[in-house]
Amino acid sequence: MAMKDDKDQWDVVIDPSRAWWLVDLREIWRYRDLLVLLVRRDLLAVYKQTILGPAWQVVQPLLTSLTFAVIFGFLARMSEAGIPPLLFYMSGVVPWLFFANVTNRTAQTLVFNAQLMTKVYYPRLISPIATTLSSSVSFLVQLGAFALFALYYHLSGLHAWTLGKELAMLPVLVLVLMSIGFGAGLIVASITTKFRDFGLLLGFGIQLLMYLSPVIFPLSRVPEGGVLRRFLELNPMTPVIEGFRAVLVGSAMDWSTLVYGASCGMVLVVVGILVFQRAERSFADFI
Amino acid sequence: MDQETVIRVEDVHKRYRLGIIGSSLLTDEVSALWARMRRRPDPRLLVEKAHVQQRRGQYFWALQGVSFEVRGGDILGIVGRNGAGKSTILKLLSRISLPTKGRIQLKGKLSSLLEVGTGFHPELTGRENIYLNGAILGMRKTEIETKLDEIIAFSGIEHHLDTPIKRYSSGMKVRLGFAVAAHLDPDILIVDEVLAVGDAEFQRKCLGSMRKVADSGRTILLVSHNVNAVHNLCNSAIWLDQGELRMSGGTHEVVRSYLEKYAVETHAQEWEAEHAPGTEELRLLGVKATCEAPGGELLTSHPLRIEFELLNLGITDDDLNINLRVSTHNEVVAFVSNMEREVGRMVWEPGRCKVSCTIPAYLLNEGGYRFTAIFRRNNQRLFQVNDAVILEMRQENEEDLPYVRRPGVVHPKLRWER
Repeated sequence: MAMKDDKDQWDVVIDPSRAWWLVDLREIWRYRDLLVLLVRRDLLAVYKQTILGPAWQVVQPLLTSLTFAVIFGFLARMSEAGIPPLLFYMSGVVPWLFFANVTNRTAQTLVFNAQLMTKVYYPRLISPIATTLSSSVSFLVQLGAFALFALYYHLSGLHAWTLGKELAMLPVLVLVLMSIGFGAGLIVASITTKFRDFGLLLGFGIQLLMYLSPVIFPLSRVPEGGVLRRFLELNPMTPVIEGFRAVLVGSAMDWSTLVYGASCGMVLVVVGILVFQRAERSFADFI
Repeated sequence: MDQETVIRVEDVHKRYRLGIIGSSLLTDEVSALWARMRRRPDPRLLVEKAHVQQRRGQYFWALQGVSFEVRGGDILGIVGRNGAGKSTILKLLSRISLPTKGRIQLKGKLSSLLEVGTGFHPELTGRENIYLNGAILGMRKTEIETKLDEIIAFSGIEHHLDTPIKRYSSGMKVRLGFAVAAHLDPDILIVDEVLAVGDAEFQRKCLGSMRKVADSGRTILLVSHNVNAVHNLCNSAIWLDQGELRMSGGTHEVVRSYLEKYAVETHAQEWEAEHAPGTEELRLLGVKATCEAPGGELLTSHPLRIEFELLNLGITDDDLNINLRVSTHNEVVAFVSNMEREVGRMVWEPGRCKVSCTIPAYLLNEGGYRFTAIFRRNNQRLFQVNDAVILEMRQENEEDLPYVRRPGVVHPKLRWER
């Protein structure tokens, strides 16, 4: 039998010098069924054996918004004038929780799926993509719940505002938010393979970042030129949250600032995927 | 049958770090960085030098320069002792970790079964887990759908399909996992010790499906501690020894050399009179195990003879007793034979003499046994030789059955009547 030693003849070549900066999109596409099933698993498994079931997805942001509305809205009067505090906080908390969710769960993928990853091969990026997608499904449900609240406020005349052409920006905002969370999560995930400390720090870090984002107060109420303002302007999540507010409750927004947020998102995703692919190669040897 | 090379492993090396891996603390790194900034020596090197060296300096080569090729349709067995690199090579082949150096090339779809039921989620039902597990192992959804009925039938848990698998027994989970695995249809299948789980009936089912995969011209790689399994299932084998490829070729030769090399088996021992184990009165000069099977192979279907050569230096009466203790590798005593009780007392001449004990055919099971000889006088132990003989019994190949080791320390042939 003729032995052709043509390189193309092999289907898989395992080689340590393989380029780690290339993303094998074809392979991820081949595993799309797994992606769908993992998203399904995420959504199904969490709420099994709970009484409220998927309603929990709405309860958490609602309770958080209520707390914020009472403490920061009614007592500290930090919310924006002219917008009902509950609606104001929901419009910030819902996207913020989405961001926190994406970041946290992406950051945990390597450690969380360690058992799986030491036993079977699949494109590792599938795991964080799946958790990000399942988080966005929850987000859409929460957005729907928000719409119901907004409708109630609108009909009862408490908040006279109708959706405008800003609605077209919603998909862009979602994409920018996802890319910031996903990218930052991947970077943290890669670091946690070496330093577990970072995984523990992350929850605290996200909490801290929330106070440096216009979640509990609108950006317009932060005096210009101050330290806090400068932090807020550096934080790529600031234009994202402000943008969501503009779409959801009709507050004022300088859309040009979103360019900064989107650029940060793109850089984070590229850097995140690169460091993740690099960390993932030796990950199975470390745990 | 197609005989082209489907797996080519070229000069593969794999290095692991020794010591506490993956858990270095941030504080350590920060203090090191701080010291570097002040141009002071790294504190980690000052304190507990040895400890730190173990943590970062030492590497361990799990594989060194391993090369081999597997042709399509081969069933390749990988033998070797613990730590020889068997699992490492499987991990590299299944792309779980990357080689440090070298290259592996594969042709066709590869599925590896390093574990059964990988990725099962306890809250999901059996049916949902079939889909999930199948997808994790690389199956397309449509593929799972077309095979669903077969998978369910194979698993034998039709009635619990819509129960969350956290309520399954461990046996049920294994069966479900294997049912999915058995329907993977890979071109290359990698199996690690899967034979060790499940009851005999289930093992038979698994082996049957492995045979089916092999018969359809696909390639199987099998790692097993059980040399018998490799011997019976594989047509070629490689032997890994401390990370290096020691031998590759036909199963028979590889397995034989492997068993010869390792003290896994000690069929015979001899000692010179001065160094022989024993006392002033009696010494053991040699011990030897022989089987009456053709070619001297140790088959359970033939009697096994254990022969002792003794040097009698001072026993003039009939008060000497020998006990032969037969146990398995995990120290389970199969039985003890007491010479005095079996044949009564014997008069011993001074000088050399031979005593033998025959274990009838169809008493031992296949697998490893250790024989310990205990010499007694006046009901007191004179001396004892542990593991005087260590051997591996084999069962003759029964044509109609796939290889299955029957459980139990012995496997006597009994008479059944009705």
